[in-house]
Amino acid sequence: MKLTSFQQEMLDGKHGYATQKSMEILNALGEIFDAEEMIPVTSVQIAGVSYANLGEPGLEWLAQMAQDGRVRVITTLNPAGMDLENWRELGIDPEFAKNQERVVDAFAKMGIITTCTCTPYLVGNLPHFGEHIAWAESSAVCFANSVIGARTNREGGPSALAAALTGYTPRHGYHLDRNRQAHVGFDVQSPVTGTAQFGVLGKVIGDILDSKTEWTIPYITGIPTANTDELKSFCASIATFGGTALFHMEGLTPNKTTIPKEIITVTESKLKEAEDDLNEEGASIDFVSIGCPHASLREIQYIAKLVDGKQVKKETWITTARPTKQVADRMGYTQIIEAAGIKFACDTCCVVAPIRGRFTGLCTDSAKGCYYGRGRNKFQTKHCSLEDCIEEALTK
Amino acid sequence: MTKQFEGRKISPGTASGEALVTSQSLSFYGGVDPETGVVVEKDHELEGQSITGKVLIFPSGKGSTVGSYVLYQLAKTGKGPVAIINQQTETIVAVGCIIAEIPAVDRIPINEITTGQQLRIDAAKGLVEII
Repeated sequence: MKLTSFQQEMLDGKHGYATQKSMEILNALGEIFDAEEMIPVTSVQIAGVSYANLGEPGLEWLAQMAQDGRVRVITTLNPAGMDLENWRELGIDPEFAKNQERVVDAFAKMGIITTCTCTPYLVGNLPHFGEHIAWAESSAVCFANSVIGARTNREGGPSALAAALTGYTPRHGYHLDRNRQAHVGFDVQSPVTGTAQFGVLGKVIGDILDSKTEWTIPYITGIPTANTDELKSFCASIATFGGTALFHMEGLTPNKTTIPKEIITVTESKLKEAEDDLNEEGASIDFVSIGCPHASLREIQYIAKLVDGKQVKKETWITTARPTKQVADRMGYTQIIEAAGIKFACDTCCVVAPIRGRFTGLCTDSAKGCYYGRGRNKFQTKHCSLEDCIEEALTK
Repeated sequence: MTKQFEGRKISPGTASGEALVTSQSLSFYGGVDPETGVVVEKDHELEGQSITGKVLIFPSGKGSTVGSYVLYQLAKTGKGPVAIINQQTETIVAVGCIIAEIPAVDRIPINEITTGQQLRIDAAKGLVEII
């Protein structure tokens, strides 16, 4: 690693403790991954916010970094373990709430914008094509690299924080053109529409990529159109099942790539198989959750239309970013949705909230939500379209 | 007679202590009890053994990135290893050692070291010595 004199000063401790620790982390990672130099980053997204994951040691480290660490670029935060305002109504333990607040306070002290969302690109942390950034949160990493065409590795909590506090990241991996070329093609031969089906497609491709170490970046054809909500669902799913940080979708994504010779066809039966895998037969559903990744304004607007004047019969949550909900408040969508008995959970999501044991079966349009619902929370799962999720919620 | 290996610095610092070697990769999150320093991963070669005060030697880390914070907690409470030696260090262990200030070196032929041997480590220079 060649450091500039400014970066060397950071490493030598001339810019404070937190900056020094951060540069130590980045320098070591640069050495491990054979980077030659640091590059400036212009945006950071930090994950590892839920107290359930951090625990006391994680919090202690953050508090130590917050003593003199201040971010140098726009930095936003992943979901926390609870709605920071409405946690009591959502049944969160007061002891957990106190600790979660300490975590968020430590981040805020460092100048991090406490958006608490996995969709920073929907609420003001939106890089442009070609920008070098350091993002954690696998679904957002995949969206930033693939849909936007910015450049980031899959950062962990500490390495993303280190990038924020120094303004640099080691130049390796997805920052380099040579590591952004597709390895294998996927031709989708069955129509795919809606967030749920795009999640299923992400699982089909992700599972195949996960089984072949020489393939990490897919080149996908046969998708004529997709909206941002469908792409965010696809990103979350392919990142969950395939560990994928970058894909190319012909006609839809902006990155240049060589086109692979080997092509795998994605048939209707492969999609059906993956769909069946997400659906447990006879799952007993008592919890419906929309918003993994966080629900967009368009999704909330649509849900308001679907439930206007009706009443849900099951516990139903919409997880979203607070800024998104504030616009929904203004437009009256919140009122319609809450009148139907649905609860909003801002700042958090069903992957990181401590809800294990509270429900038996989860119904969601998110393939990622099903994966973590099973793994972390031991829920039975039902995976279906947004419309069918609402129908499930309205049925006793 | 001493035998010396030269590897790569991951986290600076000097230490000496007794080697605890495993040929299996190790996850700190879920694999090591953060309060006692005992390996709790089921069916792991080191299951039931304490890493406290040892020079802990394993091929590479695995598992959740939260593992970095477990190393930090172990070090803060005096339950951590005095040093870590890997074949190939990955991000979780590298970050954990740096924030916990545990000396760490990789690119060492770890199969040439056996449990119980006394080691001296100068991580800044990447040096590991059997004494």
